[in-house]
Amino acid sequence: MRRLRGALAPYLMILPGGLWMAVFFVVPLVFMFSVSLMTGNIIDGFKQTWHWQNYTDGFHTYGDKLVRSLWYGLLATVACIALAYPAAYWIAFKGGRRKSTYLFLLLLPFFVSFVLRTLAWKLVLTDNGPLLGPLRNHGLLPSDFHVLDSGFAVVSGLTYNFLPFMVLPIYVALERIDYRVIEASYDLYASRTQAFLRVVLPLSLPGVFAGVIMTFVPVASDYVNSEVLGGPNNVMIGHIIRTEYFDNSSYALASALSFSLMALLLVGIFAYARALGTEDVLEAAGR
Amino acid sequence: MTETQHAPLRDDPGRAEDAVPAIELAGVRKEYHAYGETVAAVQGVDLAIAQGEFFSLLGPSGCGKTTTMRMVAGFEEPTAGEVYLLGESVTGVPANRRDVNMVFQSYALFPHMSVFENVAFGLRRKRTPKAEITERVTEMLRIVDLTGRERRRPSELSGGQQQRVALARALVNRPRALLLDEPLGALDLKLRQAMQVELKRIQREVGITFVYVTHDQGEALTMSDRIAVMNDGLVEQLGTPREIYERPASKFVAGFIGTSNLLAGDAVESGGGTSVLKHGDGGRIEVGREFATGDKVELTVRPEKMQITADEPGDGLCRVHGKVSEVVYLGTSTNYNVTTDGGADVVVFVQNAMNAEDVARRGDTVWLSWEPQHSYVIGSAE
Ligand SMILES: Nc1ncnc2c1ncn2[C@@H]1O[C@H](COP(=O)(O)OP(=O)(O)OP(=O)(O)O)[C@@H](O)[C@H]1O
Ligand SMILES: [Mg+2]
Repeated sequence: MRRLRGALAPYLMILPGGLWMAVFFVVPLVFMFSVSLMTGNIIDGFKQTWHWQNYTDGFHTYGDKLVRSLWYGLLATVACIALAYPAAYWIAFKGGRRKSTYLFLLLLPFFVSFVLRTLAWKLVLTDNGPLLGPLRNHGLLPSDFHVLDSGFAVVSGLTYNFLPFMVLPIYVALERIDYRVIEASYDLYASRTQAFLRVVLPLSLPGVFAGVIMTFVPVASDYVNSEVLGGPNNVMIGHIIRTEYFDNSSYALASALSFSLMALLLVGIFAYARALGTEDVLEAAGR
Repeated sequence: MTETQHAPLRDDPGRAEDAVPAIELAGVRKEYHAYGETVAAVQGVDLAIAQGEFFSLLGPSGCGKTTTMRMVAGFEEPTAGEVYLLGESVTGVPANRRDVNMVFQSYALFPHMSVFENVAFGLRRKRTPKAEITERVTEMLRIVDLTGRERRRPSELSGGQQQRVALARALVNRPRALLLDEPLGALDLKLRQAMQVELKRIQREVGITFVYVTHDQGEALTMSDRIAVMNDGLVEQLGTPREIYERPASKFVAGFIGTSNLLAGDAVESGGGTSVLKHGDGGRIEVGREFATGDKVELTVRPEKMQITADEPGDGLCRVHGKVSEVVYLGTSTNYNVTTDGGADVVVFVQNAMNAEDVARRGDTVWLSWEPQHSYVIGSAE
């Protein structure tokens, strides 16, 4: 009896989480998938017709936006790594006793609503806003210079908004490194660069890996930044899905687009995991 | 003229080379500043460690052993004083350019690398040819008895195996000296003793200077050529295990190394380089130093040097009288706790020979005696 309970314990532990996922994730997912194969409209109602064409239609109409989303996602993720790694490194190794303070300061803006922050960026970056206005008035910038409504603005906004999802896992990974291991590498004739490349970097890669997954996925499907900062020429797929669903009531098309995006992201993540997530890579990096 | 001056050196250059200490510390101090306070972890240490020597730093927790090693390895710069490796000052030379390697208390193996890569790390940094790396790593893994485990990760090894990887990783570089910071601290007693033997064997095999940090006096006594006993950032005594054990230079050393009996007596006669101390009724202790009559003198005697008898011992022996307070049977030996008439609590070890009866029981009054050369004066107060 006791043994049986022991064997069941792990399953009992995942039960609450498992149920939650089943009800609020799997059920809607199956439902949405079924919707993605329907035909019809909001007035006459939708009917299940196994209409796979919704997918090809989606690709034909919005393929460029899908690609752009992945591209912006990639750019923002790379920018996040570039900004987050040095910051996390500095806090973890040079932060001393004020580590948590620095970390808190870095995360402070994220206590403000996501939408509000993005709107604030729009105010700052408008052509006559507090940043560009004075520069333009003094003739330091050409009058046709814009930041807003550009891909650059969207990627910047995405980077800014998702930075903590990159900082935190990298910080945790760096923080966990035993400093004596780094000293051991110096002791074994490694220069500072070599110690970083052979020891610190490989040991922090799992953090970078987690950070990439945690930023790339939400960034590629984000719909706020492109809408607020990007204007009509830099639309991302999240924005399209939202519009198709809520404004045009094209439920089937919106669902098909959602699944296409999800499939692309999953393929991307798996390819990335295969390439980077194995121990061989860590070992190779250490040589 | 100049010729003759340099002649002795030229005659025997090998000897002259050997005479240069592998490691020398001259007036080395290290202060840390934390929370607005200054902590002097090491307060002026002078040491010269010969090439090929097995040298131990022994002392209680927090006495500055690790700090001393870190200054030799180059992780820490002394606040004052100078460190020399083979006669050359290494002030300002970073750890990666010092020809000494460290075995960390916690091993500090690279968790993301195989055993082979861990051991090869130093050679790769020195751009040793690939074939030579393979050869030297393989040979070193054979010496530490880890052949066949090359592809394992450190986390897949036992504590003792990890310890040997740490050792191999340092030794494979053939450094001038190896610094070992309590390398056996994390092991259980059995493994520890096996590794002590192993370490000695390896040291003989490779012939490298070992500086060994420990707070285990038994370990230091059995393994070392020489020991420096540290206390509170200072070296209290430096000498061979026998010197340190039999002739402790201070109360601290006497108490820290093995069990030691502390006795005090008043000088009653002196002359001819010796003094006689009185300790309780009938207690007469001879010491090899002259004191003024009335001086209070402290000395130590090792428990195994004392004899316990019911009758008064013969002339020429030091003696004190007392009462047995406890008898502890320990198998190969028996410990007698005796309170002397002079008010000191002492322990006597008696080997249990064949068929021997207990020489005394609890409550018996007994004489303790020993040869005068086993009395060591550690202090006096007027
Ligand atoms: N980085 C540091 N900052 C402040 N004080 C330190 C630092 N490192 C060591 N100390 C202090 O210096 C003293 C000596 O420390 P050290 O680590 O050398 O002791 P140890 O002899 O190796 O002790 P143990 O046997 O416990 O390892 C201690 O009082 C310690 O608190
Ligand atoms: Mg220590």
